[in-house]
Amino acid sequence: MKHFLTTQGLDRQELEGLLAEAEEFVDVLGRPIPKVPALRGKTVATMFFEASTRTRLSFEKAAKALSADTMSFSPGTSALSKGESLKDTVQTIRAMGADLVVVRHKATGAPWRIASWVDVPVVNGGDGAHQHPTQALLDSLTLLQRFGTLDGVRIGIVGDVRHSRVARSDVFAFSTLGAEVTLVAPPTLLPVDSDGWPVQAAHDLDDVLPGLDAVYLLRVQAERGGASVFPSLPEYVRRFGMTRERFAALKPDAVVLHPGPMNRGVEIADSVADDPRSLVLDQVANGVAVRMAVLFRLLGGEGDE
Amino acid sequence: MDSSDVRRALRRIAHEILERNHGPDTIVLLGIHTRGVPLAQRIDGELVDIEGQRVPIGKLDIGLYRDDLDSRPKTRIGVTSVPESINGRTVVLVDDVLYTGRTIRAALDAVADLGRPERVQLAVLVDRGHRELPIRPDYVGKNLPTSHDERVTVRIEELDGEDSVWIEDRSES
Repeated sequence: MKHFLTTQGLDRQELEGLLAEAEEFVDVLGRPIPKVPALRGKTVATMFFEASTRTRLSFEKAAKALSADTMSFSPGTSALSKGESLKDTVQTIRAMGADLVVVRHKATGAPWRIASWVDVPVVNGGDGAHQHPTQALLDSLTLLQRFGTLDGVRIGIVGDVRHSRVARSDVFAFSTLGAEVTLVAPPTLLPVDSDGWPVQAAHDLDDVLPGLDAVYLLRVQAERGGASVFPSLPEYVRRFGMTRERFAALKPDAVVLHPGPMNRGVEIADSVADDPRSLVLDQVANGVAVRMAVLFRLLGGEGDE
Repeated sequence: MDSSDVRRALRRIAHEILERNHGPDTIVLLGIHTRGVPLAQRIDGELVDIEGQRVPIGKLDIGLYRDDLDSRPKTRIGVTSVPESINGRTVVLVDDVLYTGRTIRAALDAVADLGRPERVQLAVLVDRGHRELPIRPDYVGKNLPTSHDERVTVRIEELDGEDSVWIEDRSES
């Protein structure tokens, strides 16, 4: 594995290998000294051309827990605002000694483009509405910890699938690991390109709710035009929000996930977000461990296994 | 060494551990991944035979602590699990072969991150010499003087189907 850009095309063995290593890093993070020297002397650069709280912080925490140094780049305060090109910016950071670059960009495919310009591993931290593969790893790990396996686990991904890179990454990771995935969204929020996806689609959440083991609520993404494709937020809540009533209709051991940041009262009710069966904070905690696994896989040693 | 040589060596090591530490009470055995793990379990079995008492036992994967990650083929990270606390205990590290000492150096770092034992001792089935660091074993199954060209192969029943120790000439194979 040279780069980590997408979950599409990863085979089950690769995914399970990364998740098994992530489990070891969960242990490392639980120790009195949650740090190992594995990547001492390496530098991880985070280049986030789009806003982020948890992904960026969690990549930086992951790098530090492996004893790597971090460099970070923010477009607002950089020479990008003086008109420097993306290519020059990336190559500058590489020339300063970055051994790996984590990229988030609003343009689909930007991490692939960057990977073609530099000779170091590139990790996709989210590109447009396309892919967010480390999110899929942390979601998979969270579900694995809960269910032991994803084989036969029924997962509903609910909401704005069309504009969601999280959904695109999760669909391939979950189904490769054996889960049965159903997309639940109004026709306007289903992706136009989902024909080849290993999923089913439904338009009525209340129909599928009782059969689900896990409900993955996507964020309504106003910044990607999400709010313009359904009539109103109250209408969205009425049909697709995880209200207290819907939460009560779930199987007793079913769980709720959300990639954050949550719009409380829209896709997820306040009381559901804070319920013990909401795994939102487990997801955040696991984010550091899976990113350690990815960084270690790409930087920890020469050659392949 | 054949399987009875290995068994006798481990039995003697168990006796020496008890003698040096005045009994089993403070001891924690930590097997170093991979072959140190079953060896630690065997020593624990001998301790039970001798003293009728089990000691806490754990395993240590030092993959994340190596100083040569860049030059080695990639390996999967194994499981590290240690008993509740090693603080104030006597940790006995167990490994199959002691060679350059770099694995033990890494293991000492790993132990330091897990707690603060009262003391750390080292038990190995084979000491083949050629140390590159100031590290010495406390308990040795067998000293095997070797040259750099030779390879010491330890086979352990739990992992390899039999107990044996071989010296092979690397230049021939």
